[in-house]
Amino acid sequence: MSNQVRNYSPLIISASPHIRDVESIPRIMWSVVLALIPAGIAGLFVFGYYCLYIIFLSVATAVITEAIIAWQRKMPVFSTIGDGSAVVTGILLAYILPPGVSWYVPVVGSFFAIAIVKHTFGGLGNNIWNPALAARAFLQVAYPVAVNSDWRILHHGIGNLVHNIVKIDSEGNMIDAVTRATPLAKEAGAETYHLAQLLMGNVPGCIGETSVIALLLGGMYLIYKRYIKWYIPVYYIATVFIMVLILPPQMKTPWANNPFYHIFAGGLFLGAFFMATDMVTSPLTKPGLVIFAVGAGILTVLIRFYSGYPEGVCYSILLMNTATPLIDRFTKPRLYGTRIKRV
Amino acid sequence: MIPYVKSKLKTFVGGIHPREDGKHLTRDTKEIAAPLPKTVYLLMNQHIGAPCKPIVKKGDFVKKGQLVGESQGFVSANIHASISGKVLDVAPWPHPVTGTKSPAVIIERADDDSWIEGADVPFDPDQITPDQIRQLVQSAGIVGLGGATFPTHVKLTPPRDKTIDTVVMNGAECEPYLTCDYRLMLDKPHEIIQGLKLVMKCIGCKNAHIGIEANKEDVYALFKSIVSDEPNIKVDLLEVKYPQGAEHQLIKALLHREFKPKQLPLEVGAIVINVATAFSIYEAVRFKRPLIQRIITVTGDGVEKPQNFLVRLGTPVKSLLEEAMASPHINKIIFGGPMMGIAQSNRDTAVTVKGTGGILALRSAQQFRSRACIRCGRCIEHCPYGLNPGELSIQSEAQEFNLAQENNVMECKECGCCTYICPAKRPIVHLIKFAKVEIAKQTAKKAASAG
Ligand code: SF4
Ligand code: SF4
Repeated sequence: MSNQVRNYSPLIISASPHIRDVESIPRIMWSVVLALIPAGIAGLFVFGYYCLYIIFLSVATAVITEAIIAWQRKMPVFSTIGDGSAVVTGILLAYILPPGVSWYVPVVGSFFAIAIVKHTFGGLGNNIWNPALAARAFLQVAYPVAVNSDWRILHHGIGNLVHNIVKIDSEGNMIDAVTRATPLAKEAGAETYHLAQLLMGNVPGCIGETSVIALLLGGMYLIYKRYIKWYIPVYYIATVFIMVLILPPQMKTPWANNPFYHIFAGGLFLGAFFMATDMVTSPLTKPGLVIFAVGAGILTVLIRFYSGYPEGVCYSILLMNTATPLIDRFTKPRLYGTRIKRV
Repeated sequence: MIPYVKSKLKTFVGGIHPREDGKHLTRDTKEIAAPLPKTVYLLMNQHIGAPCKPIVKKGDFVKKGQLVGESQGFVSANIHASISGKVLDVAPWPHPVTGTKSPAVIIERADDDSWIEGADVPFDPDQITPDQIRQLVQSAGIVGLGGATFPTHVKLTPPRDKTIDTVVMNGAECEPYLTCDYRLMLDKPHEIIQGLKLVMKCIGCKNAHIGIEANKEDVYALFKSIVSDEPNIKVDLLEVKYPQGAEHQLIKALLHREFKPKQLPLEVGAIVINVATAFSIYEAVRFKRPLIQRIITVTGDGVEKPQNFLVRLGTPVKSLLEEAMASPHINKIIFGGPMMGIAQSNRDTAVTVKGTGGILALRSAQQFRSRACIRCGRCIEHCPYGLNPGELSIQSEAQEFNLAQENNVMECKECGCCTYICPAKRPIVHLIKFAKVEIAKQTAKKAASAG
């Protein structure tokens, strides 16, 4: 047999199974990018072209940082940035920054998210905190003024889309904009917005967080594709709703006790659909995820009601991220056949 | 066609719906006898348990059905000559499943293809006693033909303190691509039912339950009509889902009983036999024919004529592939189905064994690049045995075998659902197998140092 000429191709030897599902990490991550686009477009119409610049800076810094670190860690550079996770982080960070923030804020934030929060823990899959949220928390400390002011918004709002864009473009940078208080501002005399405005996103706020409808559109797509689990946002938002109903708020604003106002205002929808659902930093099993979502909901309302901050989504999710290993430990899957009692 | 409501179909929790089905390739090919091989290679370990001892030597002349490998101990199964001819050699030969060399009896075919004296004689099964059945099954060397290759006579000898109330027959055939059981059920339904009744008689069990996946409605109708006047034999349609045909999932779907992965079905009062096994039990009892052949599906995009063959044990795969007009550009040969099958390293030396139900020849097999686990939880959701496959794979990679053991790595059935579904394409089953081997080594070492 040995002197027989073999013009065969070599055989692949691998362990079973020999077929795989089509889903892959790049497919999931790029779908998340796609799902985030509607919220970005809404931000563009509400806040003007400048926010595109912020998004671009944030994504570019994230991708470049990821590439350099991958190269340093001797990981395949192109497939590492090609998995799309750095792009997702970049977009998410930009979405939780004020629309008028200075250029260096997204750059520093993105670098921190990728280099410190993600790669010092081992890169994709190993980070404890959601990189975008942890970076935002870092910026809160590093540039407390920059990330809490400049809540500019275009005069015409989302109702006059084309006019807005064209006008701002021809008249130069943000001339048409005004700075107003965010919906969740607690100061006496702060503005109250109409619920319809909150749904459309026609209110001051961070770049990608204001339009509930746009976020819902992207979130529904991800739920339909089964890339995120429906019960995370549902439990999260429902918990906020219920907590607002039962807890006595400390502030004296007209909307303080209005659960609808609370779930539509601020970053709850962005957090519930795109941050709490981050697979890496949330628990593994369904019971764990429900605990995670409910816990985040409770913390969000506690922070909104009883702390100095107007918004609690960021910190509540970060705290629950921290608790994730613990939750996982108590919600391990149960070995098959150990559920029933033996007679 | 019998109308059914999909949600009413019986099934289990977890599992997957493989996106490649491949059964259409061979569904409609009635099995034909493969040309008799020039040489057969009869490996001495074609079952779970102790390997057989070769009892013939080089130069002997053996007849079809003659015992050539004698079982060693109770958990072991005889090997018989699958053709008549001269023993060329008794020598080690690469085993297609274990991957190492095992002793084999190599027989060169003579022209005569008649049975040995004493085999292939009709025998009236009406008067037979349970012990006789067990004894005939044992001497015929029958093993579980669904792939597990557990010696059947052991299954037919349940411990005295366990009562078996139901014999479950597996007609699910949930592995993609394979249709060998389907063809057998279509062609020999009466014989299969007879075999099932012999099993019931042997262990003194009144009830039987047959499970068939919903993609084989014709078989379901056939079986239903055969047992229509026997209320103690139930036939049910099951959802088409992998691994519906595994013992745990089958018993869950049909009898709603659960037991731990490592336990045997007799813990919950059931035994499971595959349809092909039932058929060979019938053959062994009714005609005293030992197990020397089986139906094998030869399929995949690497063969031009995918079909079912009736194949003698020990037939070289090469000749089967030639018969099915395999392309020279095949890049993967799999023994079994795509979910649990074993990739072959050598197309010239691979020979069929009792557990081989399919040979899958692929020319476009992919290799997957694995990434880090992103903790998506899909593997947990789909693992039918309630394990955390992703965590186990990480612990195996880090060589933290003790941790893996705490997390029940030894309970994994290697069904492959987790690996199929993982978006990071992690080779989870591979890593779990690695951990199991390492843990077995450690345990052996500990036992050695303690003893
Ligand atoms: S399916 Fe893969 S990526 Fe997801 S948790 Fe399991 S091992 Fe990790
Ligand atoms: S191969 Fe093991 S861990 Fe993976 S799904 Fe099957 S039983 Fe679970």
